[in-house]
Amino acid sequence: MKANGKVHKYGDNVDTDVIIPARYLNSTTPEELAEHCMEDIDKDFVKNVNKGDIIVANKNFGCGSSREHAPISIKASGVSCVIAETFARIFYRNAINIGLPIIECPEAAKKINAGDEVSVDFDSGLITDVTTGETFTGQAFPEFMQKIIKAEGLVNYINNK
Amino acid sequence: MGMTMTQKILAAHAGLDEVKAGQLIMAKLDMVLANDITGPVAINEMKKINKTEVFDKNKVALVPDHFTPNKDIKSANNCKYMREFAYSQDITNYFEIGEVGIEHALLPEKGLVTAGDVIIGADSHTCTYGALGAFSTGVGSTDMAAGMATGEAWFKVPSAIKFNLTGSLSPWVSGKDVILHIIGLIGVDGALYKSMEFTGEGVSSLTMDDRFTIANMAIEAGAKNGIFPVDDKTLEYIKEHSTKEYKVFEADADAEYDEVYEINLSELKPTVAFPHLPENTHTVEESGDIEIDQVVIGSCTNGRISDLRIAAKVLDGKKVKKGIRTIIIPATQQIYLQAVKEGLMEIFINAGAIVSAPTCGPCLGGHMGVLASGEKAVSTTNRNFVGRMGAIDSEIYLASPAVAAASAITGKISEPKDLGM
Repeated sequence: MKANGKVHKYGDNVDTDVIIPARYLNSTTPEELAEHCMEDIDKDFVKNVNKGDIIVANKNFGCGSSREHAPISIKASGVSCVIAETFARIFYRNAINIGLPIIECPEAAKKINAGDEVSVDFDSGLITDVTTGETFTGQAFPEFMQKIIKAEGLVNYINNK
Repeated sequence: MGMTMTQKILAAHAGLDEVKAGQLIMAKLDMVLANDITGPVAINEMKKINKTEVFDKNKVALVPDHFTPNKDIKSANNCKYMREFAYSQDITNYFEIGEVGIEHALLPEKGLVTAGDVIIGADSHTCTYGALGAFSTGVGSTDMAAGMATGEAWFKVPSAIKFNLTGSLSPWVSGKDVILHIIGLIGVDGALYKSMEFTGEGVSSLTMDDRFTIANMAIEAGAKNGIFPVDDKTLEYIKEHSTKEYKVFEADADAEYDEVYEINLSELKPTVAFPHLPENTHTVEESGDIEIDQVVIGSCTNGRISDLRIAAKVLDGKKVKKGIRTIIIPATQQIYLQAVKEGLMEIFINAGAIVSAPTCGPCLGGHMGVLASGEKAVSTTNRNFVGRMGAIDSEIYLASPAVAAASAITGKISEPKDLGM
């Protein structure tokens, strides 16, 4: 599995309230949620995002509320992967459970610039900044989580068991 | 090597004699919880699982507390969807308006969670029940759906940070000041993926409501859970509220901790977290003159009876400053009724505050106190992120009920001491 796209870059502690503000949580529709993705931290994100793009952020991405609407809105906006120094734990679980690829890599989070073209190979954990030519190795998932990811989410994983 | 309190509870629920930090386990669940925001998404996911019934209708709690009483048509439709699911599945612990309260105050009050339990909830503040000596943690809707369907959840066994509490709190200092101080100390990711285990001789001086407030905000330090040892006060609370079987777990004497912090409760002062992170803490003394527009006293963090009593003690015989919108929200119907019986409502209304039905409402900018552009609020809630309570350029200062009530009277961030109390 691979991802390739243009980078949207953010800092530390991007919380789920700015990813999808609570004023939109009266919706459960992925497409509607995607219309407001990142609205309170980057009002132009929705305008600028293209299918396959990658979000890169620093530490504790997705902190705060457990709203699964946050990774759902990111996935539905076309983002193919989120790379961060660290993820908040509920966001981490939620992303895996809904099949949004995420990868922890402090070095990549630091060195990749906004607008760079980046590709990610999830099988090897290899992250390539195509723009600068630099490569990084992200943390591979434990085998158990790889099974959930390969099943494209927890629901399928349970159904396949 | 010994196990932490959290590890022992998880081992027992995974049917294992021993677990180690980092180990992946499958654990049996004693309660699975969702609210009107996360519940509908969870129900959609559950319908995709090849299982038509919940694993145990007594071990699922569906609590429509966030956007209720319904704030708009979409929210009303979500609540209707959850209600129909609850009725069709004959869910025992579905609470309609009139019975409903803020989930993390309601479940302990109803005795649905107890010492030794493993609980997941599709709400990040599910960690509140650690106050009772339970392992409880927030998850998302898909985990909730899987939990509802199977009665199990996977966990990575967490390592732990120990907070050794000594001394006792000074007057007007409460559990909220303790947890804000700790988050200020370790940061919003200071306990990422870990347990926060509160222990030491200082624990016995904390009320159960203080402990609920402290465990509630463990997530604000990134923690998987926060947990307190079970003592006489816990057992008294459990016996008063619950008929469920409980089990007392204790950390092994040789349990390993990543870090140990010494917290002298006697040294703590009224504390405020400035925008836009709970780690931006200052004592009220060093806060300077910050004028405010609104005060909120309530939420799963601070909407319990002792919170209302403290607020009433500060507001008794006084008036909130003209123009300061003061919104008080008892967390459950029982707390509401108790506040009526004790005459607290009369104090609030005479002071110029309003009292709302139980709801999470303003905490997440839902309704009942949304902030306009540029406005500032002192709030006893748990998050002060950008736009959390309303406009993107509004500001939230997190504080205890004593500080919130004093601030309502002066119109700027204050503590009871500033009123000569």
